[in-house]
Amino acid sequence: MSPSGNFPLLIVASFLIVAVFVLLAIFAAPLSPHNVADINLLARFRPPVFLGGTWDYPLGTDRLGRDMLSLILRGIQISLTIAAVGTICGAIFGTTLGLLSGWVGGLLDNLVGILVDFQATIPNLILILALVTIMPEANFVAFVIIMAMYGWDRYARLARAIALNAKNQPYVQAQQVIGASAFRIVTRSVLPNFMAVLLVTMSLSFPQTILLETTLSFLGIGIQPPDTSLGVLIGEGRGQLYNAPWVVLLPASVILLATISISMLGDWARDRVGVD
Amino acid sequence: MNWLLLRSGRAILTLLLLLTFTFFTLAASGDPALQKFSPDVDLATIAAFREKWGLNEPIWKQFLIYLERLAHFDFGMSYRTGRPALEVVLDRVPVTLSLAIPSIVLSIVIGIPLGFYAAMNKGRLADRITILVAVMGLAIPPFLLGIFLMYVFSIWLGWLPPSGYVNWTSYIMPVASISAVYAAIFARFTRSAMVEVMSHPMIETAKASGLATGLVQRVHVLPNVLLPLVTITALEFGNVVTFAAVIENLFSWPGAGTLLIEAVAGRDYAVVEAVLLLTGSTMILANFLTDLSYGLIDPRIRDYRRAYRRSPDQLPSPEGAA
Repeated sequence: MSPSGNFPLLIVASFLIVAVFVLLAIFAAPLSPHNVADINLLARFRPPVFLGGTWDYPLGTDRLGRDMLSLILRGIQISLTIAAVGTICGAIFGTTLGLLSGWVGGLLDNLVGILVDFQATIPNLILILALVTIMPEANFVAFVIIMAMYGWDRYARLARAIALNAKNQPYVQAQQVIGASAFRIVTRSVLPNFMAVLLVTMSLSFPQTILLETTLSFLGIGIQPPDTSLGVLIGEGRGQLYNAPWVVLLPASVILLATISISMLGDWARDRVGVD
Repeated sequence: MNWLLLRSGRAILTLLLLLTFTFFTLAASGDPALQKFSPDVDLATIAAFREKWGLNEPIWKQFLIYLERLAHFDFGMSYRTGRPALEVVLDRVPVTLSLAIPSIVLSIVIGIPLGFYAAMNKGRLADRITILVAVMGLAIPPFLLGIFLMYVFSIWLGWLPPSGYVNWTSYIMPVASISAVYAAIFARFTRSAMVEVMSHPMIETAKASGLATGLVQRVHVLPNVLLPLVTITALEFGNVVTFAAVIENLFSWPGAGTLLIEAVAGRDYAVVEAVLLLTGSTMILANFLTDLSYGLIDPRIRDYRRAYRRSPDQLPSPEGAA
């Protein structure tokens, strides 16, 4: 990326875009010109302003005459929330398992190793589809838990390495000698060493979680209507690519903009911290 | 312990874990008797069905029964079609492979040379552009790329058939959507593997001793990146197949992917399990074979294994031996 000081232009731009997305997600409801659920059959497939539409519907309307701007704002809110909660849950789950397996070792370490192997061997999407099949339909919480299943193995592997390494460090051994509890040592001395790696890994897997959610929702097996997400909008609009392309292309562009900017930030942070 | 034994043990363990996972997801999906019969069937029939399929046995015994059924290639019935699930899935596999195989070949043919080229020009413009494209490629899901391609080439320009199989041009957009993303993954991986090898002192030595750059790359760098490249290719193949599933759905191809999505949406458990077991065991086998091939690719690992068999207690820590 362009070498202009510590903060290349592209990174600054990505950061600003991500900040705008976060604000849009938080203030989605007050920013929406219409109610998301408002159906207006007299105003179906109105084009966006830049394609000759009116300011009543700045980004046009879909096949039910719902306002695209309001739908996209709501979609940003839902997609980002699920990705954030899913990523955080996965990070907590994976880090805990990894630290435990590295610290305790023995049988537990072997068990976690086998689980990580399993997760790495079997294609993630298929595992997740199998879980979606048995989860109760249209259950938001179950869906988030499944999202958390994605990518936990990466945190487990990294955290395990850190814990293994820390066990042999003098500062940890010194604490063991003076009788500090294992919990205290791990949370106070080992975990802080892992924070940089953890944050970078999270910023790298966050866009992947967004992609997973939108892919599943696009296929009609993720978030269920009437609730919406960016993936649901694309899935619902795919039949209208010919007569009302904005219904699909607008949410699609929003996803691309979000995932590319977050990936740029994550990649930049990775180079900085030096995580593999 | 023998190295081969250890690896086969690991593969079998993973397979067992996969079987346990499918068994419990199947068990969690509800009572098969109630799924098979309509609600108005009499209780005696249900009782007989339960008896016949061992549903009254303790759970561990049911698991053994399940394994026995799988050993006879009985994957259960697809209740949406009324045919054996395995048969339903195998019917669709050729279509999926006809998409996945060209996609992975194309990703490799584009991605690896690109990563190689970037690493050779590390820090220069070509390298930076490659990284940028690779990061973007990773951030774009194949289905979105497919939608944009469909819009541009089918609707706007009208050059390519938008969906289904018409003629060979129907392959262009689906294959392009998958391989663009995976070429980015391969490029990125090749680059970082190369950069790592090139920072090794032996490369410095080779260069200092006056060897031509091309020779250094061929003789010293390439053999060392081969191992990680083979590993990632085996691992990513499974992911390419699953993304082919999504792409099939987008372009309305009658492959195993479309079937899988329909089965998930329609809660056709036997079909989902059959797909999971087939892809899972293929991946386990692929990884096992990759492990076996390490010795062929890297003589150090071969020597290490030989030494390990002779005296497992006193070993130098091998470089690259996993």
